[in-house]
Amino acid sequence: MNVVSPIKPRTAKDFATDQEVRWCPGCGDYAILKAVQKMLADVDADPAATVFVSGIGCSSRFPYYMATYGFHTIHGRAPTVATGVKLVNPELDVWVVTGDGDALSIGGNHLLHVLRRNVDLQILLFNNEIYGLTKGQYSPTSRTGTRSPTSPTGSVERPVSPIGFALGAGGRFVARSIDTMQKHLVDVLKQARAHRGASFVEIFQNCIVYNDAVFAGFTERDVADANQILLQDGKPMIFGAKGSRGLRLVPGKLEIEAVTIGENGVSVADLLVHDATNRPLAGLLAAMQPPALPMALGVLYCDPAMALGSAVHAGLGERQAPPSADELNALLRRGDTWTVSA
Amino acid sequence: MRTSTLPTPEASLSDARQPLESVVVRFAGDSGDGIQLTGNRFAAVTALAGNDLTTFPDFPAEIRAPVGTTYGVSAFQINFGARAVKTSGDAPDVLVALNPAALKVELGRLKPGGIVIVDSGAFNERSLRKAGYAADPLNDGSLASYRLIAIDISKMTLETVKPLGVSQHDALRCKNIWTLGLVYWMFGRDRKPTADWLKKRFADSPLIASGNIAALDAGHAFGETAELSGDIPGYSVAPASLDPGLYRTITGGEALAWGLVAGAHLAGLKLFFASYPITPASPLLHALTSLRRLGVSTFQAEDEIAAVCAAIGASYAGAMGVTSSSGPGLALKGEALGLAVAAELPLVVVNTQRAGPSTGLPTKTEQSDLMQALFGRHGESPLAVLAASGSSDCFETAIEAVRIATRYMIPVIVLSDGYIANAAQPWRVPDITALSPFPVEFRTDPKGFAPYARDAATLARPWAIPGTPGLEHRIGGLEKDQLTGAISYDPANHQQMSDTRAEKLDRIALDIPLQTVETGRGEGRLAVVGWGSTHGPISRAVVSLVERGYDVAHIHLRHLSPLPPNLGELLRRYETVLVPEMNKGQLVQLLRAQYLVPAEGLNKISGQPFKIAEIEAAILARLGS
Repeated sequence: MNVVSPIKPRTAKDFATDQEVRWCPGCGDYAILKAVQKMLADVDADPAATVFVSGIGCSSRFPYYMATYGFHTIHGRAPTVATGVKLVNPELDVWVVTGDGDALSIGGNHLLHVLRRNVDLQILLFNNEIYGLTKGQYSPTSRTGTRSPTSPTGSVERPVSPIGFALGAGGRFVARSIDTMQKHLVDVLKQARAHRGASFVEIFQNCIVYNDAVFAGFTERDVADANQILLQDGKPMIFGAKGSRGLRLVPGKLEIEAVTIGENGVSVADLLVHDATNRPLAGLLAAMQPPALPMALGVLYCDPAMALGSAVHAGLGERQAPPSADELNALLRRGDTWTVSA
Repeated sequence: MRTSTLPTPEASLSDARQPLESVVVRFAGDSGDGIQLTGNRFAAVTALAGNDLTTFPDFPAEIRAPVGTTYGVSAFQINFGARAVKTSGDAPDVLVALNPAALKVELGRLKPGGIVIVDSGAFNERSLRKAGYAADPLNDGSLASYRLIAIDISKMTLETVKPLGVSQHDALRCKNIWTLGLVYWMFGRDRKPTADWLKKRFADSPLIASGNIAALDAGHAFGETAELSGDIPGYSVAPASLDPGLYRTITGGEALAWGLVAGAHLAGLKLFFASYPITPASPLLHALTSLRRLGVSTFQAEDEIAAVCAAIGASYAGAMGVTSSSGPGLALKGEALGLAVAAELPLVVVNTQRAGPSTGLPTKTEQSDLMQALFGRHGESPLAVLAASGSSDCFETAIEAVRIATRYMIPVIVLSDGYIANAAQPWRVPDITALSPFPVEFRTDPKGFAPYARDAATLARPWAIPGTPGLEHRIGGLEKDQLTGAISYDPANHQQMSDTRAEKLDRIALDIPLQTVETGRGEGRLAVVGWGSTHGPISRAVVSLVERGYDVAHIHLRHLSPLPPNLGELLRRYETVLVPEMNKGQLVQLLRAQYLVPAEGLNKISGQPFKIAEIEAAILARLGS
């Protein structure tokens, strides 16, 4: 009897290339790369059917480090290239890797439309609230007052919320995680991949050189419990050390407040239960800012709808095969014709 | 110049029509008068009658300008004949003006002594004032040098159509068809195809269909009756001697669409077309969108950049990615074209040129994007550029673009223009099975695969599409190692890659037809060199002058990058090279720089095509008449 050795399952290493990774030592991108590789190994993704498309910026070097198909394109345009790829071959698993400048400054228009169209892609926005590759200028997500070479006395512009943008654009899957939260990030990425349609994931990513510790107020170990909430669909919104805190609606108002369970008669039954299909709720969660309210992490919103690729291929009677010579000859002879005899 | 003038027929009861070799008719009226429809119907029956023809729709950029204004005048010109017709005609023999504004705008084009047909019912104090007439031109003698046929078309249309139960408003809208009936009578045209077409077009409202058909018949009958008094002349134009075969009329927009589909078929690829609406390029998007059932994917992108990038993504995934625009859009696509050059992916970009700069004249034609097509990108980013010379030529040019793009893994820009896109010509319908296929073979073998290993003959890199096991690789806009495609900042490598990208064009030059002389001798006193839609007027002018014994030749370029390898040698065989262009002198600069020949420009930038007479005059000025 032949001994059949089982096929060796893929590991994270199988998704790594031989290219030397060139991010700054300590950059949050390393952790994200590791999480993406682990996630693809966990779901046993086919590297040949996986495509990473990126724009320009630190984050956009990502495809070079993935042993899949990869296309490092031009600034802000990755969603459009990815749309072309996906519409031509809906079987491919297509990922867009972008940053806060790439996606929300130069590429804002494309991010709007790829979400609105609901193209079946995963869009990973590495948000570090700064332009890294051009050496530290303030970005569209930089908080007001950010000091940088182009805002030496502090930026005066108001930042855009990536999550708020994605919800406003009609995104059907909107999630958030943190570079250093490996387990959480891998889990969120898996859910994004499983979702049919555009999946938008904002990942807080620490830029150690130009914007170090900008997220420390809710990512550091000593404040994480108090200033983060890990959302779980169908579960009460509990956070804080030993699950002591919760979120509920202020009576009579469309406004969330943080409460302590067991104080003032508040019990778990009074808390909000996360419903990922509730878009207004997602809007409220997206707007929460520490320290008044915890940063919402996990899947804020997930409500699948027909994706563009599927709509094009199913709804419009379009077929894949090119036309035959007979069909083309018939096309050219449609309408009024006449014959000139010799 | 041999253009026919309209003789006045004998005012007798003879039913013999005056034979003419060729005629130019121009229909003009308000944007809402259905002028384009009228002209297109006349062109359709003229084609069915066997004449050669070229049409030129000339409409304002405004969708529906205020009624009766001069800037709201829409016109449609057709030149048809018993001989080869190469342009829409220098000057109309017959002008149909459905309102005072149309007369005001268009009269200056009419040949001296030409016929002007007006709807006198539309000439009232209010409409005259709107058109800027101080006095009624029908009565003040200002039309004395023309043959005026003034008929109250509005009234006659109402009298015919209203009794059928059609509302006053809808009945009046049939006046263009009444006029068409009259013109049909003048040129002995068959009404049945138009009646059938009207029935189909207004299938949902049979009353409107029968109203229009009644108007068509009434206009025709009016001509017949008036003939008795000699008021309306009747002419005949014999069929042209065209090569035997099956014909149809085709606009440049349609020919490009079908050529792209045929090209994708010959390559064995799916066609993916991404575009953003822009005048005058949108007809291509419309035409291709209607072909989804034939496996054509179309995508209306959010902007020009998204359109070209989606097409690049489509090519990357293994389709024939195509995008299109006009000049302003091509400017926006520039950065992405650089990416396509660097990534070495096939891509076809159609530029239907319009008058610039900036928004320019969106509905008027120009050839001023040649330099943009050749050089309008950052860095050294060579790509192939082709130009279509006429509506029917768009078909073959599109196929050639797909062939070069896929064989050499390179972007190809196809230059068309507003004139070609909208002008219709008869086209001998090809048999698709008689065209040479150029099937694409995607790389599938992982053994020895390197993303930038090149074909020895074409220098094309392998087309390895996502989904192929074992060929996973990364590409991008950063300079790449000449074999592995990995990021490389090595100076020698960049030199090598830049040289190779340029050398691809040298290889293409060996794979395109040698430049031929279309008319005239292969050497001599003067060569007229053109590209694109100047083909018609140059051809007609040179053919006429050669027949009259002048030593002049016509050379017309389809391949602008790379240029045909024998072009320099060919041009040096002429004492003088004249380059007519609808720009300030772009090809002429290129020819002078490339070949050190003393080429001279003949430049027109009015938004209107060249007239044959303008080119003849320029040739004669150099040859001495």
